[in-house]
Amino acid sequence: MSDDRPAPVLRAEGLMKTHHGEGAPARAVRGVDLCVRQGEFVAITGPSGAGKSTLLHLLGGLQRPDAGSIWLDGESTDTYGEARWAVERRKRIGIVFQFFNLVSNLSVADNVELPALLAGTSPKQARTEREALLAELGLTGKERSMPGELSGGEQQRVALARALVNHPPLLLADEPAGSLDSKGTREVMRLLSRFHQRGQTIVLVTHDARLASAADRVISFFDGRIADDAELDGGTTPPRRSGISGVLELKD
Amino acid sequence: MRLPLLALLARGPAHGYELKQDLEQLLGSAYPQPNVGQIYVTLGRLEKSGLIEGEDVAQSSRPNKKVYHLTDAGREALRAWFEEPEDEPRVRDEFFMKLALAPQTGLAEQISLINQQRRQYLNTMRQLSKLAAAEDRDNRIAHLLIEGAMLHLQADLDWLERCQEELEELE
Repeated sequence: MSDDRPAPVLRAEGLMKTHHGEGAPARAVRGVDLCVRQGEFVAITGPSGAGKSTLLHLLGGLQRPDAGSIWLDGESTDTYGEARWAVERRKRIGIVFQFFNLVSNLSVADNVELPALLAGTSPKQARTEREALLAELGLTGKERSMPGELSGGEQQRVALARALVNHPPLLLADEPAGSLDSKGTREVMRLLSRFHQRGQTIVLVTHDARLASAADRVISFFDGRIADDAELDGGTTPPRRSGISGVLELKD
Repeated sequence: MRLPLLALLARGPAHGYELKQDLEQLLGSAYPQPNVGQIYVTLGRLEKSGLIEGEDVAQSSRPNKKVYHLTDAGREALRAWFEEPEDEPRVRDEFFMKLALAPQTGLAEQISLINQQRRQYLNTMRQLSKLAAAEDRDNRIAHLLIEGAMLHLQADLDWLERCQEELEELE
C-alpha cells in the first residue's frame, strides 16, 4: 500500500455469507467492507438477526465467507484452512463469546493457561501470564475453581483472560455481556475500556448501546449491511445545547 | 426546582448556599450544577407563596444570611407532591416530525435522518458512560440518575432501529 500508515490489523472486502438452514436461505452478510486499524475499538450494533454475529464469526475464521476476502495485518487469509485459522485464533485473534465457552471440566487456571501452552509458551511462562491476568481481572483466589462454580460475570472475566493470554493484536467479542446482569455488563465495559486504553484493538458485537458507547467507533449493521459507520467523539467535545445535560435535567 | 428545595428543607432550616451544596452532594456530577442565583430566586418565590419562611441571621463579619424553614403549607405541598405519580416521558416528537415529513419535502432522506439521530444518541451515551465512570462509586443516587438516562437512550435507540427496519423494507 502506498499509504505510510501500518497495514490495518483487520481488513475485509466484499464479504458475503448466506445460511442454508431449514426454510428459505438467510442472507446474513451481504457485501461488507471493513477496515480496523491498530488501537481502534469498534462496536458493531444492530437488531438481532441483522447478521452481526455471523460477520464476527467470518472475521475470526469460525465460518468461511461465500465470497470476499479478509486480511490480517495485511496478509491475505484466502488460502487459510481450518487448522491455520485455529492457529491464528491462538496467536493473532482472541475471542470472547456470549456464553463464555469455557472448558467446564478444567479449572480456571487451566482454562487460561491452555491456549498459552498450545501456542508453545513454556509452562512457567504460561503460569506467570495467567497469574498476572487473573490478578488484573480480580480473580485471584479463584484459580482452582471450576467454571460452574463461578458467577456469569466471573466466567466472562476468565474467558477474557483466556482470550488475552497470548497477547493477540486483535480481540473479537461477540455479545460479551449478552447473558450478564447490568452489574456484569458494567464490569465487562470497564475491562474492555481498560484494555483498549492500553492499546488493545477490539471489535465488539453487541445490541447493547451502553456497551457500544465504550467504543470510539460504532458501526450500525442492518440486514447484512453496514448502514452507518460513525466515530464517537463523546467526552472530547463539550456537549451541545441539549445533549447530555438535557437528558439529565430534572425539570423545574 | 421548587419541590426538591422544599424536600431538602423538610429536614430542617437551611440557607441558600447550603441547599445548593446538599443538592450537589445528593446528585453528584451527574446533575448539571444548580446555579446559586436560581436557587435564591426560587426560594424567594416559595417564600412569597407562603410555603417557606426566611429569617435573617446576623453574621459577625459578613452580611446577614437568610435561613429558611418549611411552613405547614409547604409541608402540605410536599405531601401532595409525593402522593401524585408523574407523567410518563414523551417520545421526542420533533425528530419524529422530521422523519414523517422528510419524504414529501425532497430535502432529506429518512435513513440519513435516522443515522444522524443515532450518532447524536450514541455520543450522548458515551458522555454518560464517562460521567458514570468518573462519579463516586458510592453515590448510588447519582448512578441511578445516569442509569435512568442511559436506559431512556437505549429505548430511543431501539426505536430508531425499528424505524430503520420498517423503512428499509419499504424501499
